[in-house]
Amino acid sequence: MMGLDRDRLVELVQVVVRNPLRAFLSALGVGWGLFMIIITVGAARGLENGVKADMGSDVSNSMFAWTMSTSMPYKGYQRGRYVEMDIDDVHWIQANTQHLDLVCPEVQLGGYRGTNNVTRGKQSGAFDVHGAIAEYPQVKPMNITEGRFLNEGDLAGERKVCVIGSRVKDILFEMGEEPLGETVQIQGVIFRVVGVYTPKGNDEDAQNEAESIYIPFSTFAKAFNTRGRVGWLSMLIKDGVDAEEAEEATKQLIKARLSIHPDDPRAIGAWSMAEEFQKAELLFSGMRLISLLFGSLALLAGVIGITNIMLISIKERTKELGIRRSLGATPVRILQQIIGETLFLTLLAGLCGLVLGVGLLEAVDGYLESGGDAGVFRHPEIDFGTILTVLCILLGMSIFAGVLPAMRALAIKPVEALRSEG
Amino acid sequence: MLALREIEKSYPLAGGSLPVLKGIDLNIAQGEMVAIMGSSGSGKSTLLNVLGLLDGFDSGGYDLDGVDMAGLSEKQAARYRSQFLGFVFQSFNLISFKTALENVALPLFYQKVPRRERQKRAMEMLGKMGMDDRSDHLPSELSGGQKQRVAIARALITSPRVILADEPTGALDSTTSTEVMQVLREVNASGITVIIVTHEADIAEQCDRTIRLHDGVIIEDGKSGEVVEPTARGARSQD
Ligand SMILES: Nc1ncnc2c1ncn2[C@@H]1O[C@H](COP(=O)(O)OP(=O)(O)OP(=O)(O)O)[C@@H](O)[C@H]1O
Ligand SMILES: [Mg+2]
Repeated sequence: MMGLDRDRLVELVQVVVRNPLRAFLSALGVGWGLFMIIITVGAARGLENGVKADMGSDVSNSMFAWTMSTSMPYKGYQRGRYVEMDIDDVHWIQANTQHLDLVCPEVQLGGYRGTNNVTRGKQSGAFDVHGAIAEYPQVKPMNITEGRFLNEGDLAGERKVCVIGSRVKDILFEMGEEPLGETVQIQGVIFRVVGVYTPKGNDEDAQNEAESIYIPFSTFAKAFNTRGRVGWLSMLIKDGVDAEEAEEATKQLIKARLSIHPDDPRAIGAWSMAEEFQKAELLFSGMRLISLLFGSLALLAGVIGITNIMLISIKERTKELGIRRSLGATPVRILQQIIGETLFLTLLAGLCGLVLGVGLLEAVDGYLESGGDAGVFRHPEIDFGTILTVLCILLGMSIFAGVLPAMRALAIKPVEALRSEG
Repeated sequence: MLALREIEKSYPLAGGSLPVLKGIDLNIAQGEMVAIMGSSGSGKSTLLNVLGLLDGFDSGGYDLDGVDMAGLSEKQAARYRSQFLGFVFQSFNLISFKTALENVALPLFYQKVPRRERQKRAMEMLGKMGMDDRSDHLPSELSGGQKQRVAIARALITSPRVILADEPTGALDSTTSTEVMQVLREVNASGITVIIVTHEADIAEQCDRTIRLHDGVIIEDGKSGEVVEPTARGARSQD
């Protein structure tokens, strides 16, 4: 009998219609609260999506390590020694690691750009030139738009081939010119172009990437006489291995290989994507929680408003409730009625807030989709699960909101209720 | 049908209590038509409310249809009100935002009667009261007599055994009062016990039996004609 038959509905509507302004005002708080939840959760999600899209170009289990100067003396070495890794060290690490899937040596020419180091006929430009191995794109994904990336043959044969970024192509080549098979000069050494790529993502990093050139690590060592020196390592952590643990173990491995004091805090630098991801994930779940919390507080304020309105309404309708009881309404029926009214008001208001909130999110999303710019903000949304959770919270709150007025109504004896004015 | 034994009731008052019913013994049989008279403040309404299970009492016993009503929970009281009792009030007590039909159907709603049947029975009952052409009117659109007819229809809709009326004609002019009394007599003729609280001697006269209250005790109880004459005089001399 708790079902919503037509008369119950009529009763509920009568309550709203009888005092529309009051119904509206009491509904406002709850509607606003729900609206706020939807908007803040959606906005937090938008930010999350935006940041994740930017991070999307990075592989989540990638890790990087490089050498610096020591800060502790060890095994006869003075502190302040500048340590370097070479390709043999890399092979040794690869052979001895238990935490890594892939270890890519990488070396870079020039480092800081400034002087034009790459030329083709009359065109020239200042680009980052990297020595890398064939597996490198596993760590740093890229879209190969023409040709291919470096392969094992290039490395084994120490071939003078290169893969160029899209910006490099734009600068060194004419519009519509086919770069594959053409040659460029890198610090006087001639390289043949075998591939063109565009970086993933569109942040500043990607911008730099587009102005880079990749050549085989082996060729690099020989052509520029770096004797196998490694600038830094790009690595992939094995599945299921904790990033922090992998980072520490790898540092120790390098330290052992290069005779660095195990406790030296400075000699080896490292950075792992997974840790960044974890930090970001923490931040975002925090943001979600905060927006839910604040939204719920707004909702609570709204629900308290409804409780208040219901208390006033009960007071005004004491006589009516007395009449109902004289006609055989049991306390349970009165309770049902009052909680029903509260629920009706709250849910109606909540639904309005929900529709408006989701509508606004959709509108913003539509605007962004159609090319509107909002910086790092992307695809604000609220998932169905969150909406359900919020509706459950709302339901619980509104039952709670109805209980106090209902208790108040039932505390009045029928005879007193009948005697009251109104 | 109704049996009161030594009913006592007092209202709590600042610094003590005010006894209102001071030992009421009363038996009313099924099908009787009884008037309760007495001066203002003598406890008539209080007695009627006790009979109607709208109010409790301090001591004594009350049997309704052979069942002891002492210590009844509010839920049980509501059940008995719903099954046995119908109320008619001086101020009609119609729910202002509901139409005549909705008002009449309301007690059936609390008896969990299906909607369609509620509507049908309410319409029939309004018809018996000669009010079927006013079914969709709000109380504010009805005259006093019409409102009381709707109220009586509402009291009768659940086929109660007892109608309790507190000054049902108190807000009506004499012609309308006569009509309403006519209706109540017809109700009584159908076998329903009718108990009417009234100030007016000629209303009491239309009942079969008159009980006279004074200061919380029954001072007279008998056939209407016999009781009314002297008490009417008594009431006048007291005022
Ligand atoms: N809720 C209450 N609290 C305190 N005293 C009350 C209460 N209700 C009634 N009384 C007192 O009880 C006494 C009887 O009241 P009751 O309403 O029964 O009188 P009545 O005979 O119906 O009078 P009237 O003819 O004026 O309607 C009165 O003195 C009244 O003041
Ligand atoms: Mg009275």
